[in-house]
Amino acid sequence: MKRAFPILGILTAILLSYALYLALVGAPTEQTMGDVQRIFYYHVPSAWTAFILFFANFGASVYYLIKRCPKADIVALVSAEVGVVFCTVVLVTGPIWARPVWGIWWTWDMRLTSTLVLWLIYVSYLFLRRFSSSGQTPLLAAALAVLGALCVPFVYFSIWFFRTQHPQPVMGGGGSIDPRMLHVLLINWLAFSCFAFLVCWSRYRLETLQREVDEAHAFRSLTDDPRSNR
Amino acid sequence: MTQSRSTTRGITLATLWKDLRLEWRSKDAINSMLFFSLLVVVVFSFSFDPSAEESRQIAGGLIWVAFLFAAVVALNQTWARELRNQVLDAYRVSPAPPNSLFLAKVFGNFIFVIVLEALMTPLFIVFYRLRTIGPAWQLLLVAAVGTWALVVNGTFFAAMSIRTRSREIMLPLLLFPISIPAIVAMVQATTSILNGEGARFWIVLLVTYDLVFTTTCLLLFETVLSAE
Repeated sequence: MKRAFPILGILTAILLSYALYLALVGAPTEQTMGDVQRIFYYHVPSAWTAFILFFANFGASVYYLIKRCPKADIVALVSAEVGVVFCTVVLVTGPIWARPVWGIWWTWDMRLTSTLVLWLIYVSYLFLRRFSSSGQTPLLAAALAVLGALCVPFVYFSIWFFRTQHPQPVMGGGGSIDPRMLHVLLINWLAFSCFAFLVCWSRYRLETLQREVDEAHAFRSLTDDPRSNR
Repeated sequence: MTQSRSTTRGITLATLWKDLRLEWRSKDAINSMLFFSLLVVVVFSFSFDPSAEESRQIAGGLIWVAFLFAAVVALNQTWARELRNQVLDAYRVSPAPPNSLFLAKVFGNFIFVIVLEALMTPLFIVFYRLRTIGPAWQLLLVAAVGTWALVVNGTFFAAMSIRTRSREIMLPLLLFPISIPAIVAMVQATTSILNGEGARFWIVLLVTYDLVFTTTCLLLFETVLSAE
């Protein structure tokens, strides 16, 4: 298990550099947008990765509520943290692309808005984890995660109806994608998922260690005489 | 089964009655809410200075923002009151079903916020020269389901946030993101009714939201209350 970590690290590094090469050089240039479109290979894989991580957070939280297994709590924490990072990448790369292509940084379009709300929900989740006292954090956070996940379809529906009521000045239709671009996109997604998994894993190990240290401190303060404490 | 259901109802009513009497004697929550939303109304009307036509467009948003902020004032006090003299701990060890406590608090807050809305709405109408084009009775329906959506989540998150450091600031941080769909629906429903457009979609969305979140809060409340 411990040897798998560096191996996965090396694999991820190779995969990420290959994906970077493909995105910047390998993929064909888009006809109308030009090279700006290449940010797409970071934007979309980050979004997918973030959604998977948020889903993992929901699954782990439900599991924690049922089984009260501390490992599930760590998984929920880690996936929310890394998910928020990837979601931030999505929210930052989007406007960078939108500015030259649409002519504006931001529009209250359905996808943009629902991603932003999703980001807000999970940031508030991290706030709760930061501010609640350690013993209760897992349960409170798991309850919030369940409510937050339930909120997602409502966000989607409300904003879908809200925004389709009004004319869309900038948003293009669906359209099809060049198979070569799709290939690059999927390679990038694979690389990003591996990277996310790697980060989650190392964060998981760190959190486990942190909890062991905290427990050891608590144990020592119970057993030793007061002077030898921290 | 019938036995336990009648105890649940009895405890719910007893707690609700206790909260209402406390509020009636102190008038802490309702006074601060009223004055707070009055301030919001005045500040908004200075910042926008709308004509009658414009105010019909923005009133839905203003009203609900004012009520939302005012509701947070009341919600923050709900559980803080029970912390004094360790009442909440007594609840935790008592055999009373936790959901009856939760329901009593939700009903209590619902009544407070509805009273607030009933008192503030005439003021809004006067200050913003509002006249609805659509059927006004639908606004009552929107007020009821919208308030319930705010209050049921708010009571739940208030129970969560009293367990944290800096509890006063924690409640809006938790409540607002989750309430965004409900707020969009309330505001859109109100604006559509004021402008004489159909609001059916939004009301249905709000009712669904209420059902889903009431059920989930009831399922999770015991966990949150007894979290140690």
